[in-house]
Amino acid sequence: MLELDQLVMDFSGFKAVNGCSLKVEKGTITGLIGPNGAGKTTLFNLIAGAFPPSSGTIRFLGEDVTDLESDALFHRGLVRTFQIPHEFHQLTVLENLMMVPPAQPGESLFANWLSWGKVRKAEAEVERKAWDTLAFLELTHVANQRAGNLSGGQKKLLELGRTMMTDAKLVLLDEPAAGVNRTLLRKLEEKIQILNRERGYTFILIEHDMEMIEKLCDPVICMAEGAVLIQGDFHTVRSDARVLEAYLGETQGDHA
Amino acid sequence: MELAGLLNYALFMGIFIGIYALLALGLNIQWGFAGLFNAGIAGFFAVGAYTSAIVTTAAAEGRIGGFDMPLLLGWLAAMVAAGLIAWPIGKICLRFRSDYLAIATIGVAEIIRLVVKSEPELTNGARGITAIPRPFGDLDYALSQMAYLAIVAVVLLVAYLMVERQFNAPWGRMMRAIRDNELAARAMGKAIERRRLEAFIFGAALMGLGGALFAHFNRSITPEAIDPMVATFLVWIMLILGGSGNNRGAILGTAVVWIIWSMSEIATDQLPSEYAVKAKYIRLFLIGLMLQLVLRFRPDGLLPEPLRGAARSDQDAR
Repeated sequence: MLELDQLVMDFSGFKAVNGCSLKVEKGTITGLIGPNGAGKTTLFNLIAGAFPPSSGTIRFLGEDVTDLESDALFHRGLVRTFQIPHEFHQLTVLENLMMVPPAQPGESLFANWLSWGKVRKAEAEVERKAWDTLAFLELTHVANQRAGNLSGGQKKLLELGRTMMTDAKLVLLDEPAAGVNRTLLRKLEEKIQILNRERGYTFILIEHDMEMIEKLCDPVICMAEGAVLIQGDFHTVRSDARVLEAYLGETQGDHA
Repeated sequence: MELAGLLNYALFMGIFIGIYALLALGLNIQWGFAGLFNAGIAGFFAVGAYTSAIVTTAAAEGRIGGFDMPLLLGWLAAMVAAGLIAWPIGKICLRFRSDYLAIATIGVAEIIRLVVKSEPELTNGARGITAIPRPFGDLDYALSQMAYLAIVAVVLLVAYLMVERQFNAPWGRMMRAIRDNELAARAMGKAIERRRLEAFIFGAALMGLGGALFAHFNRSITPEAIDPMVATFLVWIMLILGGSGNNRGAILGTAVVWIIWSMSEIATDQLPSEYAVKAKYIRLFLIGLMLQLVLRFRPDGLLPEPLRGAARSDQDAR
């Protein structure tokens, strides 16, 4: 589904991603772990088209998408969340979700003047979907709040909610668990699994919560210094000597 | 002043407030909702004014046209022409960050002013275009003013309703999302450049319409009317004071600022004549002062931008 070949991102001398190659199979939940600064989020930015790589190629669904921007990738079914929440702060929480579905009739100036009935009908449908998503995320009570006023954890949930407002094929989740309470976290894991099994979403997941990685992800990829260190199932990766040294370190066994 | 004089003055003021409110609404689309810093309002105003003048005046020697077409066609042409001018400008300049866009649009407005001044075959140069038809212009002075005020009010109402519709529709939601966070809006599949261009053209078309209404009211248009001080910066103060992002705020701000602006003229006219001329320049200072005071004490304006989504579900609940 997704193939990266020798990706390099050179930020004027600093290679945040340095020769990264990997493959993500359809229908999997791939975990991406690694120490801070390993290039995980930069890799997400490259995959999602936030900026083009310095060199290397990205193939998505069999096509070369290296130079596509994120709006074009979204329409091909690639949706991402941000590590630092990027909510639309002056929109309400409900509006944050309602703006997501692509090709809404009301996004055309002329449709709004000439066929308001059709626009309203589509709006009602989008709004219903947004309320369902809010109910699942337990955000219904803040639906009409300015999104900028949400807490950090709620903003993360809103980020996840946006990916549920469209028919995605590949979803990139950047630390979905950070700042989210434990109970809700279990629900999130469940929802990710449901989306994966029943709607066929493929996920790539950056996460530091090893419990979540263990529960959801196969395979797991560990990155270090901008490249893939090792790829395999959770236990293989976790007991790998290089991973222990680069990332999990001595905390392994103590807190896990 | 006697009563009739006061009434005439009020009518005159009302017409100008209506015309300026169109400019402020246009700017509200561009700045209030799309976050585009257009500092070249005067340029689009001029394009609209001259286009409608050329289209509707009787044939004249030494310049293009006039084509003696119906008034409504002239106004439509004004909007189309302003939009057409906005298209390449937006195509090139909307890639810049907002401050660069401001500089670029100031430059474009200045280019338009110079073209207007120095192309007599198009605009009759410095003498301007005169004998522009005015609807109900044959009536008595007061009646004719009233009729024009009514026309301006209807045009403004229609424009307000059309803009307000967009702001509450998915289009407006999308534009506000783009304004709030460009990166996330792009990640949610929105074609930022194209949408910004739409907002820029839409706003420019309203500015062109404002220019056309001005030209027909005055019965003439000269390059002096394209003064960035009054046609650009005054409109900015109107929008910011009224509340950018809020259409009613834009109209309210227009009324407040225009009343202050024209009252200041009455005040300076009371001075002895040797000071009256000089005092006119202090009104320019007044524009700057007003902007400073508004930004200091009322940065969100008299009517701040409402939470639109919440307003909408309230309506549904009722």
